[in-house]
Parts: sequence; structure tokens; C-alpha cells
Amino acid sequence: MAAEIAQPYPSAEVASDTLVDVRNLKVHFPIRGGLLGRTVASVKAVDGVDLTIKRGETLGLVGESGCGKSTLGRAVLQLVKPTDGSVIFEGTDLTRTSYGTLRRMRADMQMIFQDPFSSLDPRFTVGRIISEPMVNFGRGTSQEREARVKELLQVVGLNPAWVHRYPHEFSGGQRQRIGIARALALNPKFIVADEPISALDVSIQAQVLNLLADLRDQFNLTYLFIAHNLSAVKHVSKRVAVMYLGHIVELGSGDDVYANPQHPYTIALLSASPIPDPELELTRKRIILTGDVPSPVNPPSGCPFHPRCWKAQAICREVAPPLEEKRPNQIAACHFPGA
Amino acid sequence: MTEKLLEVQNLRTHFFTRTGVVKAVEDVSFYLEEGETLGVVGESGSGKSVTSLSIMRLIDKPGKIVGGKILFKGEDIAEMDEDRLLQIRGGKIAMIFQDPMTSLNPVLTVGFQIAEAVKTHLKLDDKAAMNRAAEMLERVRIPEARRRLNHYPHEFSGGMRQRVMIAIALSCNPQLLIADEPTTALDVTIQAQVLELIKGLSKEFRTATLLITHDLGVVAGTCDRVVVMYAGRVVESAPTHTLFKKPAHPYTQALLQAIPRPDEPPGSRLHAISGQPPSLINLPAGCPFAPRCVKAQARCRQELPPLETKGAGQMAACFYPY
Ligand SMILES: Nc1ncnc2c1ncn2[C@@H]1O[C@H](COP(=O)(O)OP(=O)(O)OP(=O)(O)O)[C@@H](O)[C@H]1O
Ligand SMILES: Nc1ncnc2c1ncn2[C@@H]1O[C@H](COP(=O)(O)OP(=O)(O)OP(=O)(O)O)[C@@H](O)[C@H]1O
Ligand SMILES: [Mg+2]
Ligand SMILES: [Mg+2]
Repeated sequence: MAAEIAQPYPSAEVASDTLVDVRNLKVHFPIRGGLLGRTVASVKAVDGVDLTIKRGETLGLVGESGCGKSTLGRAVLQLVKPTDGSVIFEGTDLTRTSYGTLRRMRADMQMIFQDPFSSLDPRFTVGRIISEPMVNFGRGTSQEREARVKELLQVVGLNPAWVHRYPHEFSGGQRQRIGIARALALNPKFIVADEPISALDVSIQAQVLNLLADLRDQFNLTYLFIAHNLSAVKHVSKRVAVMYLGHIVELGSGDDVYANPQHPYTIALLSASPIPDPELELTRKRIILTGDVPSPVNPPSGCPFHPRCWKAQAICREVAPPLEEKRPNQIAACHFPGA
Repeated sequence: MTEKLLEVQNLRTHFFTRTGVVKAVEDVSFYLEEGETLGVVGESGSGKSVTSLSIMRLIDKPGKIVGGKILFKGEDIAEMDEDRLLQIRGGKIAMIFQDPMTSLNPVLTVGFQIAEAVKTHLKLDDKAAMNRAAEMLERVRIPEARRRLNHYPHEFSGGMRQRVMIAIALSCNPQLLIADEPTTALDVTIQAQVLELIKGLSKEFRTATLLITHDLGVVAGTCDRVVVMYAGRVVESAPTHTLFKKPAHPYTQALLQAIPRPDEPPGSRLHAISGQPPSLINLPAGCPFAPRCVKAQARCRQELPPLETKGAGQMAACFYPY
């Protein structure tokens, strides 16, 4: 199916194999208070993240709800302005480049939004929603765009005859696929896929994951793949990053991270992943995290996970553990890593 | 036989669109007992949300419930007047919507929205209602719940909004909870806690839960029975263990095969069901799954298989099950 998608860039650039390089990225949302609306504190949604994503790679990103995954994804694409740090995309620092350059580069970087409901404008037909990026970037004639929309609908498993329908006429999973079609419209090089499969049944999940893999293989597409479904993440990503309270706390190959998690938060996360087998579900051991979920406004001292960690010692309350190699090619931020 | 808490009988909900009648729900029947959790799984677009919205009588034009009964403690919701509906909706029957943003009001603080719900149904005063709101936010593990009461929905992450909705739905101790993909935006640790919360409710208040989800792991861990939908119809219903061990309908079998397994090598092909689901405007004659079914015979393309008992507690709509 994907073979029909034309490649607009005859991959001429002989660049290094790093496509995206994120350095010390921070996003703090101000909290205003008092009569004058002065900034009284800030939500440290992303608090110093370093990441590189290679060309043609799918990097999985998992972590607790509210830990900053979507904000990180948005900041990488400059959909929210970083407070600090840089994002280097094909050699250009997006945080410092001119508006014009950024606008031009946007065609190469797309986002599949987490919420399939509010990210589609209810006033527009599906055809218009999917063709909008092409219109914005002046791609194709209106006939070509129409043909492309139909092709994209087919690619994501929707009926091309539905182009004239409005978002509210679609189910949750159908809307999610409209968002995917829109993100693919410009043949981008890099896609931040924020929970792209959460509203899909497993068969269509499989179809979409297969499709993303095909596009990656054919066009060397690169993904930052954010998801809560750990088996799906492992399936599509060679490397997986685990985020906690604005920080990356572990990163390594999916095999290593899942088989030998180093950070206790990763261990807890893996233990809570539901298993599609009622008998195993009955007998499995699950680590239920106790303690309060910390706030990104007043993060705990030392290691951000220490108030909920069953291994925490005095040092964890005082010294923030650096993100360093604990096993070959597997980094984690923990004073007492491993099982 | 004891009276069921909820009994949906031959429900049909259609959308009358310019291009034709979309038969989103076509002859759906199931029941729920007190304290029970019934999972609903199925193809995206198969009518799960429309079924649950029908139970809440929240189907708007051009949609309409065109047939069937929705008996809640013997009273037919399909026939209820608006006053009676307002009394039970949000109180005795609560719903967690698939779409958190359209059900949260963007211009009202989260605290106000939860307090409003409990004031109406639990008859609490302002202060008690706000306290209840803070307590509920804590129970769904929102950090610094009390401070968060004054925040607006857009200041929350996707999963936090979903938890706010869960807090609203659970705040009035409903007898029936309809949860449409309640945990899709949650990480697995918080998902586990939210599911525990719902389980606790079913123990404490004998709340019955209709749990719509795509996550078969969640089904395995939380549901007593499961209903499988395809193209607006129930194609199988069975106790959870039976469904996973001995699925009768080829669609159920294909669905279970599509799950990514942790032991598979990364990057291997997943087993998607080939072909497209049928158009709900022009349903094919015969079994709606026949065009994609590996076992389909001539008969399947001509006759609609009825939903019949195939094993203990297990029903399926298939001529050639297992
Ligand atoms: N516009 C905003 N204003 C203030 N705070 C915000 C804003 N957007 C996000 N936040 C806060 O930043 C933190 C991170 O949010 P983010 O949406 O990145 O989380 P997430 O990891 O994607 O969570 P989820 O898995 O629930 O989607 C949260 O505490 C959230 O409340
Ligand atoms: N307002 C509407 N007008 C026309 N068709 C509609 C409308 N609302 C829903 N539908 C159609 O009804 C069918 C059932 O939709 P529903 O939302 O119940 O699916 P679902 O099973 O909940 O799917 P998902 O798992 O993707 O949420 C879909 O095919 C959808 O396109
Ligand atoms: Mg998010
Ligand atoms: Mg739905």
C-alpha cells in the first residue's frame, strides 16, 4: 500500500546519521498568581532532556501520565517554545533559527496528536483536514491533492468515499486515523507520534504499526513514538526511553530495558503492564507504587523518584543521580540500579 | 430469575445522513448484573460508543434509537422522559466518555465541574462539594489535588484530563458505570490504580461496570464477561476465561492474534485482519464478517448467522465456530 506514496526528496543529503539532537531541553510553564498575574512558580514539564534520534530510527518514549512526554514531543517540533536548550534537526538549531526557515522546515516534521477528538477542526470535512497541510505548503494542484487525500485514507484503512464527512461522524479510532493521514500528507522526514494507536482496536493497531514500519523502511522515516502500550512500543522501537517527572530516567534497546530494567520506575512500569491472558493476570506480581505522585512544580530533592521508591536510601534524597551507563548501551539515572 | 440491573434488548441505533442510513447499532442485546464488570471489545467503528451513548440517551440528530429496549432496573430508558433522565444520568448511571475534552467544559475550572456534579446528585453544600472534589482528584492520583481544583482543563495532560472525567463519574457512587476507553491515555501504573478504584467501587457499592476497551490485557485483568462487537452487532459473548481460551467467532480469534506479544522479535509483522470492515450503510447480505473471514463458506454470504449458545455461557453468531 505504502509503495504508492511518492518520495518528494530524492534523499540527496549525505548527512550524519543523527536526524534530531535534543540538548538540555527544558519547558517550564509559568503559573501566574496574585492580582498582578505575576509568575509565582512554574510547572517543570520537561526539565533537562538530552536525546538523539537517528535517521530511520523509531525511538519509543514511555512514562507516567503527566511526566512531560507530549510536551517534549511538542517542544522538539517547536509547537511549544522551549524555556532552555536546543533542538538540532539536520544540523539546524530549531530554537534559534529564523521564523521563515522554521516554517519551511515544518513540512518535514509532523505530529500525530494524542487527542483524536480535539485535534480535528469540527467545522471542516475530512478531505479538507487532510489536505490542509498540502494547501499550506503549496503542494500539488487541487486535483492532485484530492487524489492524495483518497490515497491516504486508503493507506490508513478508511473508506476514500468518506472525504466529505465531518469528524463527528467518525468513531474515536477512525478519527485517530484521520490524524495519521494528515501527518503523512506531506511525506515528512520525522514524525512525533503521540499515542497514535491508543484508540484503535488491536487489529487496526497492527495495521497502523505495520504501516508506520513500512514507511520507515521505504522512506527512511524517523519517529518519536510515544505510547502507553509497552508491548506496542517494544514492537516498533529498537530503543526505548523512559521518562519520569520531566527527566529521562532510562534509555536503552527495547530488549535490554524490558529484560533488565535498571531504574526502579521502569521496573514498576513493566510490572504493571496488563497481560492479555486472564490466568497470568490472576497470578502475576505487580508493584503498586505507593507514596504521592510528585508535582512538577515542586519536584522532590535528589532523585525525583525517591518518595515512591522502595530502594531509596539517604543519598537518593540528597543527590540527583546522573544518567549514566549501567549496562552496555543502557543508561539509567539511579544510585541503586537493577533488580 | 433475578432482575438484571441493565438489560439491553435488540437495540438499534441509526444515523440518518445525506448519503444514507448508517446502521451503527443493529440488534444488540446484552445484560449486566449488580457488581459485575462486562467488557465490550471490537472493531473500531463497530458501534461500541454509540451503544453506550444510547444507554445514556445521548444520541443526537441525525441519530436515533429506532428499536429495542434499554431496561435499567426494569424501567425502559428508551422511553423515559427528560426529567427522569436527568435524575438518573450522572447519578445512578455515570459515564466516562471516550473523548475527555468535549465532555469537560474548557471555561470552567476542574474543581467547579466536579463540585457541580456532586451538588446535584449527592445534595451537598458548596464547601462539602469542593472537599469531595479534592478527595476525588486525590483518589485518581492527581498530584497536589487541592491546588489543581482551580485549574482549567487545558492545563492538564491528556491522561490527567481523563482522570478528571473519571473523578466526576465516580464522585456520585453510581449503580451503573459506563466507561468508554477510560484508561487509553493513562500509563500502565496509573491505569492499574484507576482500575483498582473501579473494582473497589463494584465491591463497596455493587456498582456494575460496562467497560469498553481495546486493551485485551485490561479485559483479561478486570472483566467477568466480554461482549465482542463487529459492524454494529454482537458477534460473540463469553466469560473472560472462555473467550481467551476458546474463542468461538473467527473475528474474535483474529483479534486475539493481532496482539503484539512481548516474546516476538521487534519489527516482525503483526497480524492485522486483511480487508476493510463493511460499510454500515450497505451491509452485505449474510454475515458481516464473511468478506474478511478465512473460514467463510457460501452460506455465510447469504444468511445472517444468529447469536446462539455454543458452550457454557458462550454465544456466537457464526455457522462455523471454533
Ligand atoms: N499549557 C500548559 N500550562 C500549564 N501546564 C501544562 C500545560 N501543558 C502541560 N502542562 C503540564 O505539564 C506536565 C506535563 O504534561 P504533558 O502533557 O507533557 O504530559 P504527558 O507525559 O504527555 O502525559 P499523558 O501521558 O497524560 O499525556 C503536566 O503536569 C501538565 O499538567
Ligand atoms: N453522527 C454520526 N453520523 C454518522 N455516522 C456516525 C455518527 N456517529 C457515529 N457514526 C458511525 O457509527 C459507527 C459506530 O461508531 P462508534 O463511535 O460507536 O464506534 P466505536 O465502536 O466506539 O469505535 P472506536 O473503537 O473507534 O471508538 C461508526 O462507523 C461511525 O462512523
Ligand atoms: Mg501526553
Ligand atoms: Mg468509541
